[in-house]
Amino acid sequence: MIELLAATPQTSTGEAVAFWCLAPIAVGAAVMILLSRKAVHSALWMATTMIVLAVLFIMQGGIFLGVVQVVVYTGAVMMLFLFVLMLVGVDASDSFVETLRAQRVAGILLGAGFGVLLMAAVSRATFPEAVGVGAANDAAGGHVEAIAEAIFTRYVFTFEVVSIVLITAAVGAMALTHKERLTPRRPQPEQSVDRIRSAHPTPHPSPGVYAQHNAVDTPALLPDGTASEASVPDELRRQGTVRYTELEAANRRADEDGERE
Amino acid sequence: MRLELSVTDALAETPWWLSAIKAVVIFGFLVVSTLVMIWAERRVVARMQQRVGPNRVGPFGLLQGLADGIKLALKEDIIPTAADKAIFILAPIISATTCFLAFAVIPFGPVVSVFGQETALQLTDFSVSVLYVLAVTSVGVYGLVLAGWSSGSTYPLLGGLRSSAQVISYEIAMGLSFVAVFLYSGSMSTSEIVSSQDRLWFAIILLPSFLIYVVSMVGETNRAPFDLPEAEGELVGGFHTEYSSLKFALFFLAEYINMFTVAALATTLFLGGWQAPWPLGGAIWAGANDGWWPVLWFVAKLWIFMFMFIWLRGTLPRMRYDQFMKFGWKVLIPLSLLWIAIVATVRAVSNEASIDRQDILIWGGVALAVLLVVSIVWDYVSGRELEQPDDIDKPFDPFGGGHPVPPLPGQQAVAVAVVASPSNADSEVLDA
Repeated sequence: MIELLAATPQTSTGEAVAFWCLAPIAVGAAVMILLSRKAVHSALWMATTMIVLAVLFIMQGGIFLGVVQVVVYTGAVMMLFLFVLMLVGVDASDSFVETLRAQRVAGILLGAGFGVLLMAAVSRATFPEAVGVGAANDAAGGHVEAIAEAIFTRYVFTFEVVSIVLITAAVGAMALTHKERLTPRRPQPEQSVDRIRSAHPTPHPSPGVYAQHNAVDTPALLPDGTASEASVPDELRRQGTVRYTELEAANRRADEDGERE
Repeated sequence: MRLELSVTDALAETPWWLSAIKAVVIFGFLVVSTLVMIWAERRVVARMQQRVGPNRVGPFGLLQGLADGIKLALKEDIIPTAADKAIFILAPIISATTCFLAFAVIPFGPVVSVFGQETALQLTDFSVSVLYVLAVTSVGVYGLVLAGWSSGSTYPLLGGLRSSAQVISYEIAMGLSFVAVFLYSGSMSTSEIVSSQDRLWFAIILLPSFLIYVVSMVGETNRAPFDLPEAEGELVGGFHTEYSSLKFALFFLAEYINMFTVAALATTLFLGGWQAPWPLGGAIWAGANDGWWPVLWFVAKLWIFMFMFIWLRGTLPRMRYDQFMKFGWKVLIPLSLLWIAIVATVRAVSNEASIDRQDILIWGGVALAVLLVVSIVWDYVSGRELEQPDDIDKPFDPFGGGHPVPPLPGQQAVAVAVVASPSNADSEVLDA
């Protein structure tokens, strides 16, 4: 970007001001991707970098590229990333212990090396004389038309190859995550009929609300003071984390002792 | 008197102060419309449900939205202990700012003269403005997802994930429904799409696209019957369960302005934008599309869609989540793709092979009619008939299956003796 700006002698003041305002944000956000302790924060800094880059593209006349960058990368790709991060539950409990020895040092060295390589390559490259986006657009009769012409004539083979790669990846992801159903699916009408015919057609009693506890793990009490098993989720009962009242807990212990003897 | 200046030129020559005024006016229009919409929604839904609705604050209860807003602002602002504080605050801000941005490219009217300056009644326009609206809405989704995640609670997280999955899925169907419009107008700029509909609205020639867009716009805005992200029965309040006070108000505002955005986009892309509706434009009243009148047509069309939103909410129950996703991915998206293929083929054939479009339509209609006849004949030949329930002839058992049941269609109801309960012991035992 700096190279491009330097190559064109007539950078307007507005453009320069916008560039020097946006570039630090983009670079700062990029650094914050590495420094953030939570994966979701990193993902957000990444989204920030992408949006700032999109604004820079638009400023350079690449309106289509800028808008598509936001739609595709920020709107779809980063959103899927966030999705996965939230679903697998990577949050405050991230571990910062290095599992590979000297991984951090090696990472920093490699990153710096790559940066030097990239800068050397870009600074030594020779660019053809810039004609400006306007000239390219005029040749095809419009901004979108120019891009369409480039994609569907000159680069049509590359374009098709890229789409094949993407489709293969999508099919692969579906094949990897596909799971056969072990039991046949029970449709809603069937379920409702079964429920009406079962011994318990009404909703289960809700869990108890008491002075000390108010949560799904606290069972409701029946008129005789015993806990209603139906009022707590099965899963909690299996885990053994149901919170019984003291009296009930004592009774249960007594029952268990009685069974053992 | 039509001003002879194209929209692009008029916008390019607009001075900065006029752009600033336009931005403020759009902002004010949206906020006031939201207040009116809250009132209208409550009154109309109340009418549909045989109630009165809010009628205490101001004439006809018109200031109810304002009163609600003040009440919200004065509520205690709670940030849960488990919340990620920075993102918890950022999320409603993202939602509420991005929703305003999309209106920058919506044309409210043609080129007019303001303070002696000729300008178009839209803030800005460029070659890909419809894509820009998509981009802005996709950034707006971050608000929902982050709100769900940062609350540090299960229901908001599930609600946030649901809403993002829903919005992303329906954005695909929405984007695909635009393609046919782009093909027919030859542009992605809102002002050009409006001007290419001066003879016929795209809602008529591209009816399937229009229908797909209308369905997906309801899904996109998380409104009933697709309001699954905040399904109270399942998720308490969805992504905004933990939000209170002004932060909640921002989400509320964002939802309503998003409704206006998708409605304005529907008006612009399919209903001819600011152009006068059919009998008015041109023939009857030559000046209907000049000056400031188009703003009236635009706002009227906008409110038709807003009424539809209210109507849907008052009429339809909420869908089940899996049915909703199945509908989006397995019905809407394939249908859109098929329709795009048809539109593109018809366009290409009529452009390249110089075949008249009327011929294509006639032959397409003939093919469809033949298909219909064949399918009807096939039904007769294969001898498939409507399946009748096998117990239709049996006498009606009012306690079939152990529970009181109504008669099936065609069955004769029999009067049953009602046994007086102890509470109304005076009532007599009724005989058949």
